[in-house]
Amino acid sequence: MEYLLQQLINGLTLGAIYGLIAIGYTMVYGIIGMINFAHGDIYMVGAFQAMIALMIVGTLGISWVPLQLAIMLIVALVLTAAYGWTVERIAYRPLRGSTRLAPLISAIGMSIVLQNYVQLLQGPRPKPVAPVIRGGFALTGSDSGFVVQLGYLQIMIILLTVALMTVFAYIIAKTSLGRAQRACEQDRKMASLLGVNVDLTISQTFIIGAALAAVAGMMVTLYYGVNDFFMGFVAGIKAFTAAVLGGIGSLPGAMLGGILIGLIEAIWSAYFSAEYKDVAAFGVLVLVLIFRPTGLLGRPEVEKV
Amino acid sequence: MADTTMEKRLPGEAVASKAPSPLLVAVKETIFTAVLVFLLGVLMVGFQTQAIQGQYLSFVTRFDDVLWAVAIVPIGRFLLALDRQGQSWPALIVGGLAFLYFFGAGSTGVMELDVYKTLPLPFEEAMVNVIFGLGALLVFGTAIKSLRTAGQGRRTLPAREAAEARRANFARRLSVVLGPVLVAAAVVLPWTPWGDRQLVDSLVLVLTYVMLGWGLNIVVGLAGLLDLGYVAFYAVGAYTYAKLSTELGLTFWESLPIAGIFSAAFGVALGFPVLRLRGDYLAIVTLGFGEMIRIVLINWQAFTGGPNGIGSIGKITFFGFPFERKAAEGVTTFHELFGLQFSGSHRVYFLYYVILVLALITNFATIRLRKLPIGRAWEALREDETACRALGINPTNTKLTAFAIGAMFAGFAGSFFATRQGFVSPESFTFIESAVILSIVVLGGMGSQVGVALAAILLIGLPEALRELALYRMLAFGASMVLIMLWRPKGLLSYREPTILLHARNKKPMVSGTVK
Repeated sequence: MEYLLQQLINGLTLGAIYGLIAIGYTMVYGIIGMINFAHGDIYMVGAFQAMIALMIVGTLGISWVPLQLAIMLIVALVLTAAYGWTVERIAYRPLRGSTRLAPLISAIGMSIVLQNYVQLLQGPRPKPVAPVIRGGFALTGSDSGFVVQLGYLQIMIILLTVALMTVFAYIIAKTSLGRAQRACEQDRKMASLLGVNVDLTISQTFIIGAALAAVAGMMVTLYYGVNDFFMGFVAGIKAFTAAVLGGIGSLPGAMLGGILIGLIEAIWSAYFSAEYKDVAAFGVLVLVLIFRPTGLLGRPEVEKV
Repeated sequence: MADTTMEKRLPGEAVASKAPSPLLVAVKETIFTAVLVFLLGVLMVGFQTQAIQGQYLSFVTRFDDVLWAVAIVPIGRFLLALDRQGQSWPALIVGGLAFLYFFGAGSTGVMELDVYKTLPLPFEEAMVNVIFGLGALLVFGTAIKSLRTAGQGRRTLPAREAAEARRANFARRLSVVLGPVLVAAAVVLPWTPWGDRQLVDSLVLVLTYVMLGWGLNIVVGLAGLLDLGYVAFYAVGAYTYAKLSTELGLTFWESLPIAGIFSAAFGVALGFPVLRLRGDYLAIVTLGFGEMIRIVLINWQAFTGGPNGIGSIGKITFFGFPFERKAAEGVTTFHELFGLQFSGSHRVYFLYYVILVLALITNFATIRLRKLPIGRAWEALREDETACRALGINPTNTKLTAFAIGAMFAGFAGSFFATRQGFVSPESFTFIESAVILSIVVLGGMGSQVGVALAAILLIGLPEALRELALYRMLAFGASMVLIMLWRPKGLLSYREPTILLHARNKKPMVSGTVK
């Protein structure tokens, strides 16, 4: 029982990270209907920038942990958002209104570019990051000897995710940016006729997506302590899986999907085999798509002839 | 280099009713670009992290590079902004001069590219010059283009459509000529003085991708199913031959059909549950399957040899006559059969012709299949699934055949790959391979057989030829994928041949009828 609880905690932490990345996929898919393959690599860039920011903060002699984290968060968020904007501007905007496959190929190309750009600039070897937040609560079970660990870092990751999601949900539901976004999602042409600046809204979507991915990258940097230029690929695929699982285009769905993928992964590696954890995640995806093709929270697509 | 590749905005957009002065607009954009470049570069370029003893991070700064980028890139943006407002001469002059400077003798030019130097940063001066040089070329080219079209105003929709139709017609005619020329060149090449072993060896790789591209074209181009896990079937073919060769001692020619059948069976097995899905859902599930097969290949140690793969796979034989200096007792080798001097090149040349024939078979089969009812059903399904259902076409079966046939050709190519390498491992079957094959299909212009061949030559051949670029190879590869898509969003040679014509085509093709 305690062992299961431990896996649930680990899975939830992992799931929060996947969920944050998945939001970027699901928003972009919702608004322009493309799979942004470079999003995983934006997350990787975010992780690298968070890592470098942490290193600089350490060099400058700032040792108060909350300040360290705040600087890391803001720097990674802003700089990665710039990457998100640039990628959209260079590789996707000129292709708007083109065939469906053109932006997909462009995105795959951009993903290769970003990976190799980081590899060239930062070197191919994995980068170790010294842990910043250590320790945690020990929740001991009543009778068994197994100690359930709830790290401070895990608490921070989950709380930060919840906070970000709240802000994000507020933006989408209440602000004019959110309204424009929802309008573009429903009908881009109509929205532009009604005076919504569609290009700007799409750019903002990429900026928000990249910023959330940067937060995920920062969390992973702190949580695992190793970054390399290829880390975006698998995380990206899993986050996209999460977005599809939750119902692509649905924001709560992305979060739910992320948490489910995180839990499946943690529990599968704990009870079955760690090698096949990715197979389990994809297997669940296939099952969901077969029996509920629109995902868990997605609205069914009605095709009119 | 962020903003130099920006598309041109529509004329008129910048000139609003109360137009601010062109200079002011350009200056604003320039400042924005400078800030953006600074944001992009300050951490990623400005600091290079290094792991010391694999435990601690230290860093080297290179702020001078960031400063250069912040200084130079906005100049390009400024020139482009002026150009967009009708003042193209500064862009023409400065762009041209800058291009000459960056590529010319004024600095360490391209010729002195020292790619083996790795530290302190791989972006050494020569490479930076190349990148800035290309940026300058872009500014120069944009200026020339706008000078040429100056005063013509915005083209009307019919004019643009007519231009599009002309382009498609040109692509069609070009493919008609280019197809046979390419085949003839491919057949003759090894006999010409240029066809040395190294080139032929690279061409074997290119042709493998041509074949894979044509195979995937059946699935993506004809049936309209977006398959991001095509490499899985390639892997199945390769591992099938590897197992048959090492366990049962079958030769390549005996295994080839088995590998094809096996891959096709995999196609059916994987396709059956997922083909009900449409579009992007199918893409992501096929991607998932591709990854699953790779993970299984890595972890199923007993059967697949795990990450180490399977080695010493049987080499290809000339229909039973091996390409060896000395064969076992009672076996005639290839050079003995023809009374030639032994040469290691024979095998390479033979491999070249084998893959050429295999690829041409794929091409021929595709062309013939398009004319069969099943091929027409694929194309109809691609255009409108609902209408097909109403007409009594069974979508699942039709899609399954496309999937299975595409998979079969991947299986053939896979077993060819295995016999060429003599070794297979999961590393050869990553997602990036699927992405490359799909890019070849899309970049070539979907459904265009000649376009696929051209795209394969461009995407696989050029990086092969530019091996010295080493680290920059993949960067250039990804960038060219993006650039080709921006330049030709419909692919290099895109046109749509109508599968059926109501009347036989008269001498002058109906332009409007050939374009979708």
